[in-house]
Amino acid sequence: MAETQILDEDELALRQPPESPLREFWHIFRRDRLAMAGLIVLVLLLFAAFAAKALTEWTVVFDPATVRLVDKFKPPMSAASTLLPAEDLPRGGIYLLGTDELGRDVFARMLQGSFVSLSIGFVAVGISIFIGILLGGLAGYYGNLRIFRLMTVDTLIMRFTDVMLCFPTFFLILTVVALLPPSIYNIMIVIGLTSWMGTARFVRAEFLALREQDFVVAAQAMGLPERRIIFVHMVPNAIAPVLVSATIGVATAILTESALSFLGFGVQPPFATWGNILSDGKGYIFDAPWLFFIPGMAILVVVLAFNLVGEGMREALNPKLRRRT
Amino acid sequence: MWPFIFRNLLQRLVLLVIVSVIAHSVVHLAPGEPSEVDPANPRMKPEDIVKIREAFHLDDPLYLQYAYWMRDLLTGELKSFKDSQPVLPKIWERFLNSLPLFIVATLIIWTLSFPTGIHAAIRRGSAYDRSTTFVAYTLISVPGFFLSYLVILWVVEWLGVPVIGMRTFGMEEAHWAFRGMDRVWHLVMPSLMSALAGIAVLSRYVRSQMLEVIGQDYVRTARAKGLDEDTVVYRHALRNALLPFVTMFGFLLPGLIGGSVIFEQIFAWPGLGRLGYDAILSRDFPVILTINFIAAALTLAGTFISDILYAVVDPRIRLE
Repeated sequence: MAETQILDEDELALRQPPESPLREFWHIFRRDRLAMAGLIVLVLLLFAAFAAKALTEWTVVFDPATVRLVDKFKPPMSAASTLLPAEDLPRGGIYLLGTDELGRDVFARMLQGSFVSLSIGFVAVGISIFIGILLGGLAGYYGNLRIFRLMTVDTLIMRFTDVMLCFPTFFLILTVVALLPPSIYNIMIVIGLTSWMGTARFVRAEFLALREQDFVVAAQAMGLPERRIIFVHMVPNAIAPVLVSATIGVATAILTESALSFLGFGVQPPFATWGNILSDGKGYIFDAPWLFFIPGMAILVVVLAFNLVGEGMREALNPKLRRRT
Repeated sequence: MWPFIFRNLLQRLVLLVIVSVIAHSVVHLAPGEPSEVDPANPRMKPEDIVKIREAFHLDDPLYLQYAYWMRDLLTGELKSFKDSQPVLPKIWERFLNSLPLFIVATLIIWTLSFPTGIHAAIRRGSAYDRSTTFVAYTLISVPGFFLSYLVILWVVEWLGVPVIGMRTFGMEEAHWAFRGMDRVWHLVMPSLMSALAGIAVLSRYVRSQMLEVIGQDYVRTARAKGLDEDTVVYRHALRNALLPFVTMFGFLLPGLIGGSVIFEQIFAWPGLGRLGYDAILSRDFPVILTINFIAAALTLAGTFISDILYAVVDPRIRLE
């Protein structure tokens, strides 16, 4: 009984159940105002992208494809011409963000592009994360296995990663995209296949550390199947840094797509992406500046939001910063 | 140390061979061939296509094509598909054009990002730190060609300086000082634009490295001894924070070469990146493959030098 009386405050704090990692993460993340702003932008964007898919393809409320030659190069917020037949009129008779060189509604095209651009980012990152976790996990977990007595699995996979790191990535993407038939899926796949190296490297590092931890050794001692140990016990513990790099990877993929569009190898019509609206717009920078500035600023804001959220997550997951607070 | 260097070099040679094999198979297995570039041309008859395919060994099995490529590359007799000019002199000439861009861009990156990053780390959480953080993220997030177009317009409109190409046409008769200034302007703008993303990335990295080191015990000890702040920051902290940057040197190269495709296209700079772009457009396989090969070789050389420098700079590391 005497023991309880000499507990000081520090020890009391220790006795309390610790905050769950997720709540702790959220507490730190929430204080980062830039990252929160980024998160809000991203949530709005996600809604916008799905709304866009619904409103431009399933029920055509905003039509991105109608060509109205009488109304080309209308500045934003201008009314539609009275010469147009009724079915070609934009919603409300007003071009919210103006029209392009064929009289297409830029607002509708930007909406459609938001879904396409985001899906390029997400699919490409999905592919690269999948390969990264697979190869990194294999190298980390089965690293000591020897193949043909020549080299270990670890050596094989990490040498291959080194090989991929030697390529000038953008040049490689450009080469492959230019040689393959132009298609939006090829672009997603190629970006995904050339950007998994970072993920593989730190999943391997995490796995090497986790493999020695008590809970994994205990799971092995219980005779759980390896499949279960890897996917249920180890991957969730190694996923945090992967999510950070995935967030930043989506940003990079959107930028890569716009760079490919600039060089003329981007997503081909009829798909509108922010990248190809921007690179089409660069020819009209004096006559119709909105065609250049609207997609440019949109890409800037969205990519910035992804980067800020990724960095906020990294800070909140950093154990050194956590202990200090 | 010598056995280490020897073994390391050997490993890198093996890597280089694997890189070249992968690049070769990717380029050759993808659909689209040099003989199909201009199918609408009425003067291209089927027998011409057969002749072309034969001349380029396109009907041979892949490993033979690889062997031909390697043989020609190593004997220096590799010829471009497009104009039958020898590839190596062609690439060398363009490389010499790109080299000043690479050097100036690297200099800009390393000289600007260190002071920015160090100051941000010392005054962590200050207005300076937060604003440089925000600017750095903006620079990473903006599409390179969007910002470049805006900057070109601004420079041309407000400063009245032409910046497209390597020099202004028709300045050959001008005084050497004018020509020199003209060259400097044409060089600085593309280098600066291709350096921006690098500055942002590297300054963030400098900041986090400095933060790591500043929290260490030996820095507190140095402060406790009563050393002035400059000595603590620059002699005790910075020296230790510098170590990882030795390895960054090698890994910055592929980014510069890849990025040069975009920036040389924007600024009409006749360098390596544009040569690669034109080669891709005309399916000029020998040029594409050789540029890729040279880029990989440069990267491997860069990381090799970094590895050795690391051991030289950090006495705790022994090469075995």
